[in-house]
Amino acid sequence: MNLRGFGMLLYKELLRFYKVAFQTLLAPVVTALLYLLVFGHVLDEHVHAYPGVRYTAFLIPGLVMMSVLQNAFANSSSSLIQSKITGNLIFVLMTPLSHVEFFLAFVLAAVLRGVLVGAGVYLAGLFFVPLPLHNALVLLAFALLGSAVLATLGVIAGLWADKFDQLAGFQNFIIMPLTFLSGVFYSIHSLPAFWQGLSHFNPFFYMIDGFRYGFFGISDVSPWRSLAVVLLALVVLSAMTLELLRRGYKIRS
Amino acid sequence: MTAAVTIRGVHKRYRNVQALKGVDLEIRRGEFFGLLGPNGAGKSTLINIMAGLAHLDAGSIAVLGHDVQRDYRQARRALGVVPQELVFDPFFSVREVLRIQAGYFGLGRENYPWIEELIQALMLADKAEANMRTLSGGMKRRVLVAQALVHKPRVVVLDEPTAGVDVELRQLLWQFIKRLHGEGHTIVLTTHYLEEAESLCERIAILDRGAIIALDSKAGLLARGMDRMTLTVHTEQPLTALPSLLDGKVKHHVGNELALQLHRHSDSIAGILDALRDQGAVIADLHTDKPDLEDVFLELTRRERRA
Repeated sequence: MNLRGFGMLLYKELLRFYKVAFQTLLAPVVTALLYLLVFGHVLDEHVHAYPGVRYTAFLIPGLVMMSVLQNAFANSSSSLIQSKITGNLIFVLMTPLSHVEFFLAFVLAAVLRGVLVGAGVYLAGLFFVPLPLHNALVLLAFALLGSAVLATLGVIAGLWADKFDQLAGFQNFIIMPLTFLSGVFYSIHSLPAFWQGLSHFNPFFYMIDGFRYGFFGISDVSPWRSLAVVLLALVVLSAMTLELLRRGYKIRS
Repeated sequence: MTAAVTIRGVHKRYRNVQALKGVDLEIRRGEFFGLLGPNGAGKSTLINIMAGLAHLDAGSIAVLGHDVQRDYRQARRALGVVPQELVFDPFFSVREVLRIQAGYFGLGRENYPWIEELIQALMLADKAEANMRTLSGGMKRRVLVAQALVHKPRVVVLDEPTAGVDVELRQLLWQFIKRLHGEGHTIVLTTHYLEEAESLCERIAILDRGAIIALDSKAGLLARGMDRMTLTVHTEQPLTALPSLLDGKVKHHVGNELALQLHRHSDSIAGILDALRDQGAVIADLHTDKPDLEDVFLELTRRERRA
């Protein structure tokens, strides 16, 4: 294991988004707060997802997790495609770094960005409404595992896409609908039976539901089941990504 | 002693193009080696396989005895490649780029003095803190050279390092590369400027359409052309038509100047001059030249085309 090499690639990936923190950290927090402001203001009086929980309070964990997931995906996918298109990925590919080290550095950096943005949204949310904390460990587990799943998906998308608009397509037609329809803004119990059933096939639903359990101790499905689904998704996607990287899919001709 | 680079039976196919058709080549340690060939000959493909940027279909390549696939970590530590394209990471400054690159090889602070030495030697000191985006093309080229050397590789490959580079920078680069060679590095150079290869390289391989068509010392290659010469004729008036005797011998023909590629034994200068006079040409001046690498190169690659 080239531990120092891995450390440097991780450091470089962190430095990359830190240098444009305005766009990579601050902007997504502001976006999430706008959702909170608009939806919280309009719906707080009318919608009740869980008994005894105000809608704004219900919404915050959803927005936090949505930010965590989207930014984890954005980080690994955009870093990869930029390096591919500008051609500077060769500086990483010509080094003794293995495909496993490559994978871990990209995923870990993306997880960190996701969690940082999530923390920002969480802290800002506390100004709006007090939030209970049922189990911090569960909360952290879902944030880390969920962002790792999205970071891995980001690596796949970044490898696959040849152009920025293909990546945008991946984001707009797969990632966005899956996050929006996962129960960020509602409890799936409020949905008609068909859509409720369909939601159970959306892995993002389990990430949000498990994460929310960490705050309220209430969830639509058992947090253990959610944990199992998220873990399974992570294992399957990681195995896939590692195999793509080992073969040099679209990066080594 | 193991060779610097051992290339055995390398085949590489891209979709419907056979880029390399069984290349065998051994580059010795400490050698200044030239890899020449027309565009699309497969030079960059060969370098990409050495560097791990492309997979080979058959055969093997080893750098200092380390197989580039099986033993890729060791092979890549031994190799530094200066790519042909001016690629750079727009997020970082020159010094950051070099420290990051060294870091990938597991090198940290202990390597900083070497990085500073590279910055000095390549005259990058003024721009060390500047973002890569703000550098001129020539500056970026120097950073690419420094980047390839941060881990002190024993074998250095330069893929057309002087393409589109001004005279001053070219001098600086060659001075620096000669110094590396003097310190015992193996240098592999591809270039389009044949006079560069002629003045620098000890041995030269000519690659054409995926195969090596000549591999010899510089002197050996030049000797291949010794039975040929160039005859340059200046006439008083531009020649409108050429005698049929000259078919296939014309190197170039512009206005008053006519250059001919001749065989020392089979072609008669007197006969050619007579034929020109018969066309009404008044000869003002003429001289002959010994072949240079360019003649040999053209002769060899053309012969391949005819075959």
